[in-house]
Amino acid sequence: MDARMENRYKVLIVDDDPAVLELYRDLLSQLPSHPEIFTTTSGARALSMLKSEPFRLLLCDLKMPKMDGLQVLMIVRRRFPELRTVVMTAVQNEEFRSRAYSLGVDLFWLKPDTQQNMEMFLQCIESLLGRDEEGGFRGVQSKSLMDLIQMECLSQSSTLLRITRGSLTGRIWIASGELIDAETEGARGETAFRRILEWKSGTFENLPAEPSRERTITKSANALLLEAAQALDEVAAPSSQSAEEVEQADHRKTVWRLASLSRAGADFVVSLPGADKSKPEGWGTEATQELGQWMQQAMEVCQKLGRELQAGSLEHLEGRSLDHRVVLLPNDGRTYLIGWPSKAAQVSEQSKQLIASWDS
Amino acid sequence: MGFLSLFSKPDPGVQVLPSGTVTVDRNNNILATTVSSACSQEALQQIGDQVLTLFREARKAQLSLSELTLHFSSLKITARELRGGAIIFLAPKHSFNAVSH
Repeated sequence: MDARMENRYKVLIVDDDPAVLELYRDLLSQLPSHPEIFTTTSGARALSMLKSEPFRLLLCDLKMPKMDGLQVLMIVRRRFPELRTVVMTAVQNEEFRSRAYSLGVDLFWLKPDTQQNMEMFLQCIESLLGRDEEGGFRGVQSKSLMDLIQMECLSQSSTLLRITRGSLTGRIWIASGELIDAETEGARGETAFRRILEWKSGTFENLPAEPSRERTITKSANALLLEAAQALDEVAAPSSQSAEEVEQADHRKTVWRLASLSRAGADFVVSLPGADKSKPEGWGTEATQELGQWMQQAMEVCQKLGRELQAGSLEHLEGRSLDHRVVLLPNDGRTYLIGWPSKAAQVSEQSKQLIASWDS
Repeated sequence: MGFLSLFSKPDPGVQVLPSGTVTVDRNNNILATTVSSACSQEALQQIGDQVLTLFREARKAQLSLSELTLHFSSLKITARELRGGAIIFLAPKHSFNAVSH
């Protein structure tokens, strides 16, 4: 059999109208990648098909009996996170569009009604099918920040790298392959550079170089990268540290966290681990256990409400009492409760920044 | 492209997010609501029940909350405590009002 035919992507289309299914089958099978098209009229059947075959793309109608499109997509997101998903609908409704995107749908498309729209739709589908096989610089995304800086320095580039991790932003200035300055969250120079390199993930972009930037880093890029790599290795292999060193490191971490808590103006933070059921940790409060218990219950209540109302996941919860404002914030598998004085403003944004800096 | 008229369908058969206010007493009886009747009574009671649970459990944790706002990706629920009950505001989010305040 032709190798290309063997590697055809599988596309599943779900729509309760068989005539629409036939039409889409004809249209999509003409795509340059010649995908294999499967169709079904029910969401439940679609889920069982997805379980039995490795599909690349799911196209789903919104209006369907028994299980509507958003319900199907909610389950699909959980069970098949790698699957690309497209909503096709005749319903022009901003709320549905927003809910679909909040479920992580790749494309929300009003069913095309002109030839031009249809051509654009088919181009989008073709692009979604082959997205990660394209050339270009996409591969850079799989490199670490250290690799990226090394590449920039080796190629003698002049550039400004802007790195974003959640609500934190850092900048690294490189001139003719040399590190000249770095800046993040009030820190500058080598301190800022080390802090940025500790970020485990994020996004970056290359901005035009700023030749007039004042030089604050005099060490070579290689020396700084080596130091940072050693520091990261030490963090990754704590078993080689003695109990006393571990205790000292924990103590330093606690002091640093309390200092950053007070700098931000927050009253307390309680952190609740995710699935491992270990105890909550608290800073600035005596009621860690009680608050941890409430956080656990609140997360369960919110997950239940979000699921049953199809409102999506909880971004955060804000509470107000006479003497406090609190923010419950799920972040990277953990849940945080941050307490602020009652007069504090923009507590959700401030909480996200505080936790992002702790996490890094 | 006359065949494309096949694509048009009337009503969306999709669960609509509730929008409006609902007031519940301490026993979760619905006292007043402006939420469309398309949203079932059970769904509203469920929301009331969960909100009252959040307030009650917060008190046990020495956190006497008078107001709660739950920001979901597509819905914002704001609840104010009202003599043991609560008044609950339900506001679906979309691109034009997605920014949380």
